[in-house]
Amino acid sequence: MDLLDPLALARWQFGLTTLYHFLFVPLTLGMGLVVAIFQTTWVRTGNVRWLQLTRLFGSLFLINFAMGVVTGIVQEFQFGMNWSDYSRFVGDVFGAPLAFEGLLAFFLEATFLGLWIFGWDRLPKKLHLATIWIAWAGASISAYIILAANAWMQNPVGYTMSADGKRAEMTDFFAVVTNRVALATFPHTMFASFMFAAGVVIAVAAWHLSRKQHIDIMRPALRFGLWFMIASFVGVFIAGDLLGLQMVATQPMKMASAEALYNTACGANASFSIFSLGTPDGTQEIWSLRVPYLLAFLSEHDFTACVQGINDLQAQYTTQWGPGDYTPTIWITYWSFRWMIGFGGLAAVISAVGLWLTRKNAKRPVPTWAWKVAIWSAPLPLFGSLVGWIFTEMGRQPWIVFGLMRTANGVSPNVPGWTVLISLIAFTAIYAALAVVEFRLIVKTAKAGPFPILGGKSGEFEGGEKREADADDIHIPTTVY
Amino acid sequence: MDLSYLWFWIVGVLFVGYFVLDGFDFGVGMSLPFLGKDDISRRQVINTIGPVWDLNETWLIVAGACLFAAFPEWYATLFSGFYLALLLILLSLILRGVSFEYRHRGASEKWKRRFDTLIVIGSVLPALLWGVAVANIVQGVPLDADHNFTGSLLTLLNPYGLLGGVTLVLVFFTHGLYFVALKTDGQVHTDAKRLATKAGVVTVVVAAAFLIWTIVMAASKGAPALGFAIAAAAIAAVALIASILANLRDKQGWAFTFGVLTVAFAVLTLWFSLFPNVMPSTTDPAGTLTIENASSTPYTLTIMTWAAFIFLPLVLLYQGWTYWVFRKRVTRSFIEKAAASAH
Repeated sequence: MDLLDPLALARWQFGLTTLYHFLFVPLTLGMGLVVAIFQTTWVRTGNVRWLQLTRLFGSLFLINFAMGVVTGIVQEFQFGMNWSDYSRFVGDVFGAPLAFEGLLAFFLEATFLGLWIFGWDRLPKKLHLATIWIAWAGASISAYIILAANAWMQNPVGYTMSADGKRAEMTDFFAVVTNRVALATFPHTMFASFMFAAGVVIAVAAWHLSRKQHIDIMRPALRFGLWFMIASFVGVFIAGDLLGLQMVATQPMKMASAEALYNTACGANASFSIFSLGTPDGTQEIWSLRVPYLLAFLSEHDFTACVQGINDLQAQYTTQWGPGDYTPTIWITYWSFRWMIGFGGLAAVISAVGLWLTRKNAKRPVPTWAWKVAIWSAPLPLFGSLVGWIFTEMGRQPWIVFGLMRTANGVSPNVPGWTVLISLIAFTAIYAALAVVEFRLIVKTAKAGPFPILGGKSGEFEGGEKREADADDIHIPTTVY
Repeated sequence: MDLSYLWFWIVGVLFVGYFVLDGFDFGVGMSLPFLGKDDISRRQVINTIGPVWDLNETWLIVAGACLFAAFPEWYATLFSGFYLALLLILLSLILRGVSFEYRHRGASEKWKRRFDTLIVIGSVLPALLWGVAVANIVQGVPLDADHNFTGSLLTLLNPYGLLGGVTLVLVFFTHGLYFVALKTDGQVHTDAKRLATKAGVVTVVVAAAFLIWTIVMAASKGAPALGFAIAAAAIAAVALIASILANLRDKQGWAFTFGVLTVAFAVLTLWFSLFPNVMPSTTDPAGTLTIENASSTPYTLTIMTWAAFIFLPLVLLYQGWTYWVFRKRVTRSFIEKAAASAH
């Protein structure tokens, strides 16, 4: 590969910065909800430990949020900077959702989050509670809109080609924002984000519980996290199934390459391979573990359905769009698809075991190894989300907009390779340094545990002590930078 | 009326919003080495924008997105053309943003000073580069027939562009000092007031040179909205002088208000000079992007217009309310108390 190939460099940069941005997005979407739930529980019950949990996980949420905001601006700028021909081609359709995202969602999120962070002692309690819910709603709306924009790249709808063929022009905004792919991707992404937030709650609680500290605060947090993980996994599973159906209908090549299915197969032959060993170049299968009928069922909810193979699709696409390679990089799509399911599933299994080990009438204490395993509840769903994105974006290749524009045609023609190399190195270096700082801060804050809440008249509340005390009798520390 | 012309102004208003709001954030960041004599005073300075810097910066995201949606060609040409300048702006904004959040989470002096430095760099550099970028848009840049920028970063660093950059740094610096003076008490308040007068006087000279150059350039190109450009430049100049006078008379609210008008009308001067082009080409005339050849379809603009007219008033309403909630001064004793309770 040419080291200064602008296309390859621009793709690496977009991939890296997007995945990096997505380290923070799920925690914003998931932890925002968790913190809102904790604070609501505190406001409703007056039980101070929920306030302590709100403050603790609120801190983690904020350390993370700053990174999400600043890395998000990079995403918006990059379309124009590195993908100017793409921007010229899709702007009429793709720009509008981005503008809506800003006007409708980002302003809401940024403004109300500021009110939440600094408003503890300036707003009435219920109004202050409302600000975190509004900020979370803003974040969720922005997630929907940006996923609709991405869905348009996977499955372009509501547009027509301009007379000169130079751009796609929007004809139906409603169709764009109700893209069938967006409707399935949104819950899939949201529930995956909830899993990550649940995992962080579990990991923090497990760390403290294994050291037998803050038990009155951390045990309810742990149980909440475990149940939230299981519930979110069910959501991810159902939404993922729906998304799979849309994928087969709109991008059959992506499903075929997820399964490395070269030849069209029906019924029992349309099996789902759980694991396979192939020759290094991936063309020959040596051994695999397969579940018959499963792929047919996943594709169309019909055990007798036929699933199109890569070779047949390649032939079909060549007829449709002319000669060319229409196949994504199979080893990436095949393995990322499996790792996504594997990581998510494993996180759910850990939680199921955790619920059993920490049940009310458990006779034995939770073994040490179980606490250590529980820490993995945090990274597993995040890894799952990241490889999920790798799968869905690499599975779209060679297209930047499926069926309309190839990735190679979208890149900025006037930005030389060395320029992109500079920015790629700069982003990588700064992002890596910040990742270290961010990770250390999060670990430090999590290990420090819940802040003591000072009582206005009666001194300090520690743990569950005086937990039924009057909620108005407490002093909530002000947030300042 | 053709909606693309309306959107030229809506995008202009969004950039006015961004430069007015993040402008004083940048000024506050720049003032840190001058006003922050100890950690308490540094925290006083930073906390004046604590609850609002994020919503202020969001105006950039919205302005950028609306530019993309309403004028895809303008967005594509500008962002790919000014690649390295925008890269530096992005990196600065990243470092500045995380510094606000991370600075107070470490106890050591070294930790805090490191983030202080990043806040200063992250405030000066974007102000400078936005000035350079916007001045170059107005002056024109080399564009080929496909509207692709054919210059480099050095193309942008011409005298007019650099003067634009320095002007914006000074205007923001003064604007930020008014804000700090308005929002603090004690030594920080007094220092900010004094420094603002000095900075203001320098700004008047530099900004006058930039505005006159802009008007002369627009006149020589036969800009159709020249009259408006001159009027806007005059208002900006008068507002700037009025802000200094108000500051001298200890009317910080008025000083800041006039500071807002200065930034707003300076940006409008540029917008009027640019009209009806959006990216004039200095090489191939066919490369020039105008409001008409850079815009989206009427259908898209109609949808966007509805969105802007429904959401923008709401946004202004709840952001105004936020500023009202945080209207109190960040006093020294408030920071001291908070610092004590955190440990």
